[in-house]
Amino acid sequence: MSKVSEQIYDALVIGAGGAGLRAALELSRKGLKVAVVSKVFPTRSHTVAAQGGINAALGNVSADNWQWHMYDTIKGSDYLGDQDAIEFMCEQASKTVIELEHFGVPFSRLDNGTIYQRAFGGQSQNFGEAQAHRTCAAADRTGHAILHSLYQQNIQAGTEIFSEHFALDLLQDQNGTVHGAFIMDIASSETRFLRSRNTLLATGGAGQVFRTNTNASINTGDGLGMAMRAGIPLQDMEFWQFHPTGVAGRGMLISEAARGEGGILRNADNDAFMKNYAPKVKELASRDVVARAIAIEVNEGRGCGDHKDHVLLDLTHMDAEQIKERLPGIRDISLTFLGIDPLEAPMPIFPTCHYMMGGIPTNLNGQAIKPSPDNPDNQIPVAGLYAMGECACVSVHGANRLGGNSLLDIVVFGKQAAQHISQSIDQQALTPPAFEWSQSNAKPIENRWHHWKNARQTDDTIAEIKNDLQTLMEKSCGVFRQEDSMQQGIADLEKIGDRICKVGLQDHSDRFNLERLYALELENLYLVAKATLFSAQARKESRGAHTRVDFTERNDDAWLKHTLFNIQTDFSYEGLSYKPVNRQPKHHAPFEPKPRVY
Amino acid sequence: MIELQISRYHPDKDAKPYLQNFAFSDNEIPPGMMLLTLLKKAQERDPSLGFRSSCQEGVCGSDGMNVNGQNRLSCITPVKELGRKIVIRPLPGFPIIKDLIVDMEIFYQQYHAVDPFLKAEPATDPDNQKENLQTPQERKQLDGSYECILCACCSSSCPSFWWNPDLFPGPAALLASHRFVIDSRDITTIDRLNNLDDAGKVFRCRHIQNCTASCPKGLNPSRAIQSLKKMVSASGKV
Repeated sequence: MSKVSEQIYDALVIGAGGAGLRAALELSRKGLKVAVVSKVFPTRSHTVAAQGGINAALGNVSADNWQWHMYDTIKGSDYLGDQDAIEFMCEQASKTVIELEHFGVPFSRLDNGTIYQRAFGGQSQNFGEAQAHRTCAAADRTGHAILHSLYQQNIQAGTEIFSEHFALDLLQDQNGTVHGAFIMDIASSETRFLRSRNTLLATGGAGQVFRTNTNASINTGDGLGMAMRAGIPLQDMEFWQFHPTGVAGRGMLISEAARGEGGILRNADNDAFMKNYAPKVKELASRDVVARAIAIEVNEGRGCGDHKDHVLLDLTHMDAEQIKERLPGIRDISLTFLGIDPLEAPMPIFPTCHYMMGGIPTNLNGQAIKPSPDNPDNQIPVAGLYAMGECACVSVHGANRLGGNSLLDIVVFGKQAAQHISQSIDQQALTPPAFEWSQSNAKPIENRWHHWKNARQTDDTIAEIKNDLQTLMEKSCGVFRQEDSMQQGIADLEKIGDRICKVGLQDHSDRFNLERLYALELENLYLVAKATLFSAQARKESRGAHTRVDFTERNDDAWLKHTLFNIQTDFSYEGLSYKPVNRQPKHHAPFEPKPRVY
Repeated sequence: MIELQISRYHPDKDAKPYLQNFAFSDNEIPPGMMLLTLLKKAQERDPSLGFRSSCQEGVCGSDGMNVNGQNRLSCITPVKELGRKIVIRPLPGFPIIKDLIVDMEIFYQQYHAVDPFLKAEPATDPDNQKENLQTPQERKQLDGSYECILCACCSSSCPSFWWNPDLFPGPAALLASHRFVIDSRDITTIDRLNNLDDAGKVFRCRHIQNCTASCPKGLNPSRAIQSLKKMVSASGKV
């Protein structure tokens, strides 16, 4: 075992977005020694880009209660979400948002001084009746407001942050217990093991797996790659949300808040076409419904522009002051990237990859879980490992996430995982258990690192492979999917895998070596792509965001179940298994699957 | 043809920074292309080129850099605004780690030093289920202060910060300070103002407006500092 420096913490949080920082804050405030590892300075994490808001049944604008929110979330999930987890999240929501306000989040306000709440897609009163105003907002910069406030609170709490450090892999003993992670300082390429009894993955999404996406370039699924290499399956990876309103051809997000505040979608005939797809709530149907509607309009020749390849999001009928006050960020994005002032002209938009509903399976306490070796129907915690936020699948979003539920997910489960740790840590000795390096996976982890340190230049490049991977995924596994193209995608992905094994690097410096960082990220993206394609090809139905042209209906008899994509640590086996959806909420009667009409 | 000159510096190899040329033909530059995309193309040609970026839409604040003499975010700077010759250097006033990547530690320390977190009335009940109330007018006061993305374009264009980065908080940290001073929920306004009452702090600002001119989010740190000066003076300790 080579000499690598080693530090010991009570808890190790990987990722400094909303989930990681909420967990770290809770742990630091409990007096625990916490390390947060983040590949960017914390306020650069992608939570910062969330726009529209965070759902909670505060009832400040329209009468509300959390059971209605629960119903909407279950219906929005196309009944694939776990009802116990959704119940927990919705019940915690009001308390969670009030807590954020106490942390300093500058929420927009109503005349009576309470938090402003706007209308968002899929939100109803009284189990599917009138539109609910449930989405708490700080103008259209809610993610920025939350992330900065959480970072600020962590400054006060004294959380230790390893900024611009990249986590390569999870450290495990021979039993699979997680003991921390192997990390690298990006600026110097120095590596070290951070050891802890409690490792929390909060690495966010992986939208970079598709060519056109709303995601930051850092969203490469690093936690998912680490989990898979540690022998942990990924759940429901076929479900990717394509946000209806990305800037056409570019992908930047135009928040659902634009429609919540009154924006209308129009096709080339100037027709407000959503009435044909969701007669009751029109523009405020669930995101999967709106995204499909737009794609169908374009496929049937009613797209706008020279190439008839987009539709228009029209705000021109709205009050200018309302747009300036409630949607200033959207207006900025439109002015910057389209040269269009939405006060004066509609914005060209098209669906773009936005959010990963799947991820590392966890229980309600955020503990990563996997099938027991003795009884695969029994899900047991992976000792020492937690996951929360977009990299996790608890599962509150099922087959389709409602707008405003992702910010809620990250803070609710970030806090919950931390509370579970601080409760269990009272019963632990504070030092990690004895750990035998020779019996651990430290050697293969270091080998992976040395592979990239030594991979000599080839004609093929990381940038080209990443580009080909993204294009492949968009072609074979986009908004509409079918057997042939997914089979082809799986075959082509094998070639991408071969290229990743062979490709070399030009840059062998140890100072901020981005080419090496991109290579490590690409390995993670490749595993995410693999899990996505295998899971999607196997699911022979349409549900939520997973739309198959060859299996157009939802099939509850055969497919009301979660997918698990499994891979052996040595890659000798990969395959799928399934587990049932939880339909036993604690305080409310279960919601039975019904046809989904908006 | 567009000639892109990028400042390169590798601390292990180079005695000082130098400019590397990249040429791009017009058909490589579609309408509306942002500078970040051009930098990525340069990086594909030379993967050792170092610059930070993440969100690609001007909200994460990673990619502050000096473009033709002005501090900007590459991801929201259209190439067509920049003319035929584009010279890119790292943000001035910070130690260079590599190429366009600077060490921003002192900038973050100054931000931390203004206690940039809300200190509100402690809840009598830890499970306090009510938000602090704030009128829309009180909330409106925060507009122009809370949206800062910590990109450092302002502080790194400020001569007072160049001279005394260890003493003078700089426009970004003072804007953050202002954000909490004027927040109707914060109960430590007097303490905050007292901490700013120092020749090296708010009064080190000479209002040359470089910060406001360079803010990619259109914020006005200079005006916020002016307002802080007034409040510090009025609070009676001067």
